[in-house]
Amino acid sequence: MAAAVLIENLQKSYGNVRAVKDISFAVQSQEIFGLLGPNGSGKTTTLRCLCTLSKPDLGKISVGNVNAIANPKVARQRLGYIAQEVAIDKVLTGRELLRLQAALYHIPRKLIDPRIDQLVQALGLEDYANLKTGTYSGGIRKRLDLAAGLLHQPEVLVLDEPTVGLDIESRQLLWDFLRQLKSAGTSILLTSHYLEEVDALADRLAIIDQGRVIAEGTPSELKDQVGGDRVTLKIREFTPDQEAEQAKDMLSSLPFVDSVLVNNAQGNSLNLIVKSNTRVLTQIEQSLTSLNLPTFSLAQSRPSLDDVYLAATGKTLMDAEIAASSSRDMKKEKKQQMK
Amino acid sequence: MSSSFRSKSIDSILAPNPDLYEQSASDSNFLKDFGQETLALTKRLFIQLQRRPSTLVAGIIQPFMWLVLFGALFSKAPQGLFGNDLNYATFLAPGVIVFTAFSGALNAGLPIMFDREFGFLNRLLVAPLASRYSIVAASTIYIITLSFIQTAVIIGASAFVGAGFPSVMSLLAIAMIVFLIVLGVTAISMGLAFALPGHIELIAVIFVTNLPLLFASTALAPLEFMSKWLQVIASLNPLTYAIEPIRYIYMNSNWSMDSIVMHNPWFAINFMTIAVILLGFDALILLAIQPLLKRRFT
Repeated sequence: MAAAVLIENLQKSYGNVRAVKDISFAVQSQEIFGLLGPNGSGKTTTLRCLCTLSKPDLGKISVGNVNAIANPKVARQRLGYIAQEVAIDKVLTGRELLRLQAALYHIPRKLIDPRIDQLVQALGLEDYANLKTGTYSGGIRKRLDLAAGLLHQPEVLVLDEPTVGLDIESRQLLWDFLRQLKSAGTSILLTSHYLEEVDALADRLAIIDQGRVIAEGTPSELKDQVGGDRVTLKIREFTPDQEAEQAKDMLSSLPFVDSVLVNNAQGNSLNLIVKSNTRVLTQIEQSLTSLNLPTFSLAQSRPSLDDVYLAATGKTLMDAEIAASSSRDMKKEKKQQMK
Repeated sequence: MSSSFRSKSIDSILAPNPDLYEQSASDSNFLKDFGQETLALTKRLFIQLQRRPSTLVAGIIQPFMWLVLFGALFSKAPQGLFGNDLNYATFLAPGVIVFTAFSGALNAGLPIMFDREFGFLNRLLVAPLASRYSIVAASTIYIITLSFIQTAVIIGASAFVGAGFPSVMSLLAIAMIVFLIVLGVTAISMGLAFALPGHIELIAVIFVTNLPLLFASTALAPLEFMSKWLQVIASLNPLTYAIEPIRYIYMNSNWSMDSIVMHNPWFAINFMTIAVILLGFDALILLAIQPLLKRRFT
């Protein structure tokens, strides 16, 4: 059976900016696939190429067994696309917008209203459907946009940063809804720069950095590849430099410790990488006691996706995020995309 | 997203339905699909108009002001200057009809440009439209309706200032001419909305074409009044070929397809020629914008 979405060696530049350098991945049928990466890493450009809004410079894109570059119209029919910023006509009511969308996807006239009713109910929009969309909150807008994207019952739903700007409750509801959608048989491709979102939702993911895929697999596969467990230790709430260095020297010499890092930004807490599946907390605490040092907090965990990102790029996702936001001109990029 | 969505029946609502898209992927339904999407897009424009009627109100006031103020400006012109037994208001009315329709059509691309900038156009572009000409068709239907309302008001107002009231046949001819000029100009404007980088540029183009095309046409003065070079420009201006036949209809209640409407610097022109010129203009524009509509915003 063909993959729901197959992207091979995609390349795309805007002017001098090489937004996508080389991206390949496959979304299998009925799975949630996450594209994780900082802002500006090429996620949105990849989705724009998939949804036939942009024409790739190079590479192949298929939706099911359809070549999306040669047959964009057939691909469009099979995809539902939920853009990051919900574009709604605020003069229309939710129901009017859904009717317009249904007609654009050529849903037979007599099926339109029953179909809209189904989705309005499924997404809990009963109280809002007949109000102008200009009055909606962010969460309700997103739900309306989901309803619009699902009207034509697409094989693949594509979501760009689905929970940016949503409150926690809306976000949780959206996650539950996407899981439900998957179990009903829809394949889902989503981008996110939130680690916990991809970790919680995605069956498989690709990590993207500067227009390239740097890792691909299930969340636990990727974490296992990084190896080791993570230990976070605070000697005091705010540890003096000298004590931190003293503890670092001692901990580095322990046989089960691979590396120790002093994190100045977190009050000189110590980040350790230790051998996997060994319970080391008691030993660490005992060693500290022997140096007459107290323990404020101590925790052991499996590696996170952030550790995967860190191992592949040498920086944390947060750092990449901050670096990207200071070097990026969003207005200019939008202008470029419109050209 | 109520808690009830975990029920079994929801599964069937959310499940993909390949039948639906296999069905509509076939091209046999082209006309039906084109009609459906055009109708839906047109409906959106009329809902917007209904809830924000200021464009219509302004669109009626403006030609009225043209008629009153421009008419007053030349009211002391010597009798017979613009033709036999013709006052300037009567001479002006056809010019105002065409110019009003032209301005409306020239602005038709603006809502599309704003849809583009706000991302709403992406909703249309990711949809499997039968043809993007449905976007042009919807705007044309909308602008034509507005133009007909405006034209009716101008004809009524002109009758009131003594221009007389055209016969039913003449009204049909006027409607046909207005339709042909609006179709071509709307298509130009839509093409620009797809081609230009943003609304600032589109407004700039509208700004530099609108009034100059008015002055370089026979809307305000007959061809014979113009210096030779302006006559040539006015004779290349499609507006002239919409204004002159309407003016002829106003002045001669007995007209036929063979009636000589005007002489441009090169040859005499009857209604038949006018029809050919306007149809050719529309066909040319519609063909010319095809690559613009097809293009993706890279």
